Amino acid sequence: MAFARPTAVLLGKELRTEFRTRELLTTTVVFVLMVLVLFSFTFDPTSVESRRFAPGLLWLALLFAGSLMLHPCFTREQVNDTLAALRLAPMDPTAILAAKILANACFLLVAEAVLLPVFAALYNLHVWAVLWQFCVVLVLGTLALATIGTVFSAISSQARMRELLLPLLLLPVLTPALIASTEATAGLFEQPAYFSPRWIALLAAFDVIFLTVTWLFGEYLFEE
Amino acid sequence: MATLSAHTTSPTDAAGRPNSAHLIETLSVALLLGAAGYAALFVAPTERTMGVIQRIFYFHVPSWWTAFVAFAIVVVSNVAYLRGRKPKWDWLAVSAAEVGVAFVTVGLVTGPIWAHPVWGIWWTWDARLTSAFVLWVLYVSYLLLRDLIEEPERRAVISAVFGIFAAVDIPLVYFSIWFFRTQHPQPVIGDGGSLDPRMAKVLLFCWAAMMGVLVLMVRQRYRVEALRWEVDRLRLESAQDANESSSRQGTAMGESQ
Repeated sequence: MAFARPTAVLLGKELRTEFRTRELLTTTVVFVLMVLVLFSFTFDPTSVESRRFAPGLLWLALLFAGSLMLHPCFTREQVNDTLAALRLAPMDPTAILAAKILANACFLLVAEAVLLPVFAALYNLHVWAVLWQFCVVLVLGTLALATIGTVFSAISSQARMRELLLPLLLLPVLTPALIASTEATAGLFEQPAYFSPRWIALLAAFDVIFLTVTWLFGEYLFEE
Repeated sequence: MATLSAHTTSPTDAAGRPNSAHLIETLSVALLLGAAGYAALFVAPTERTMGVIQRIFYFHVPSWWTAFVAFAIVVVSNVAYLRGRKPKWDWLAVSAAEVGVAFVTVGLVTGPIWAHPVWGIWWTWDARLTSAFVLWVLYVSYLLLRDLIEEPERRAVISAVFGIFAAVDIPLVYFSIWFFRTQHPQPVIGDGGSLDPRMAKVLLFCWAAMMGVLVLMVRQRYRVEALRWEVDRLRLESAQDANESSSRQGTAMGESQ
């Protein structure tokens, strides 16, 4: 069944819905900022310490933000039962997931682009020198978060206590991605900067493996 | 261990088999476990440096192996359910997951009991310990997810998909934590090297006893799940009679029969 074109159309729809209100983006950016500032209160880091902690804090903040912001992507479809309409369309149901994964990855990346300068300033990091390597880590890590987050949002939207359930399912499964992206980021801010091929490879493997599993088993989540 | 065997002698028998056969199986597993306990405490030689506390190894290691067998059963049943949609695969998946979590808990509890006198600490964020803990969390959330979905068939499908994601995640968790911790050298658990042949025999015997417990408990849990499925189905059916307008659920129920 058709896959690429429905995915593109649905992606357009997701982006249009979000950019009309920009609700998710604003709340995510403000949330991550707030977490980063709160962290700096609780640890009161010196500049050397902050360089050591900052990557972990950034990824934890993004992970928590993701577990909150990815939640509406399927519950939003339930209000007017628009998911049923999507299911009726003559296309591979995986396209619904693919479009939402891409859209969520876009939202997270836009939020990260806004947050990056603020994060660098708050924690006194020299991002400019390692910008493209940092972008590689951000894209791979964000893709991991968006993939698992979107699939598990489809899972939790069909259960009770969904707001609590999503982080509960998401966080343990994302452990490897969290470790890999934190370690890769930490390497970039060491003196001298170190672009770790091992962690990048693990992160890329995580993305490829879970995108494949989603492609193989994702459609089962849309059965009626 | 006595409570485990007591639990399995419950008179419930959904398959309608004579209870005496069930009793014999339970008694033989209980005997096997007793013999394994005796072998671990009295037959196996005392370890030279660690002393008596090392004997916990004969229950700690087999309970981990048994847990891995249980989780392998879970993921195989998850895939089989998604392919064939036979409810029995879902029953097997949840039974094995629950029993597996019980064995992981045994492993997680016996580990620190051994570690405290030997290492001087209850817990360390070592690669193996951390991944064991993540494994426990993964399967507890699998069981929680099942509790939070009402409709039996939806629950089966959704939890099967999550079970597959969790199973794929396990090697990744292990590798990531292993890379992570080996970058900063840590005290290593000495598992390389030679195991006394008598110790190895006792270990395997204890594992056989644990596997007996696994089979017995999974089967018992499977029967309970089959009954629960039937109850859920009947409940839905009666709710349907009350509200005939929901024809959509009616077709779903028809397929399950």
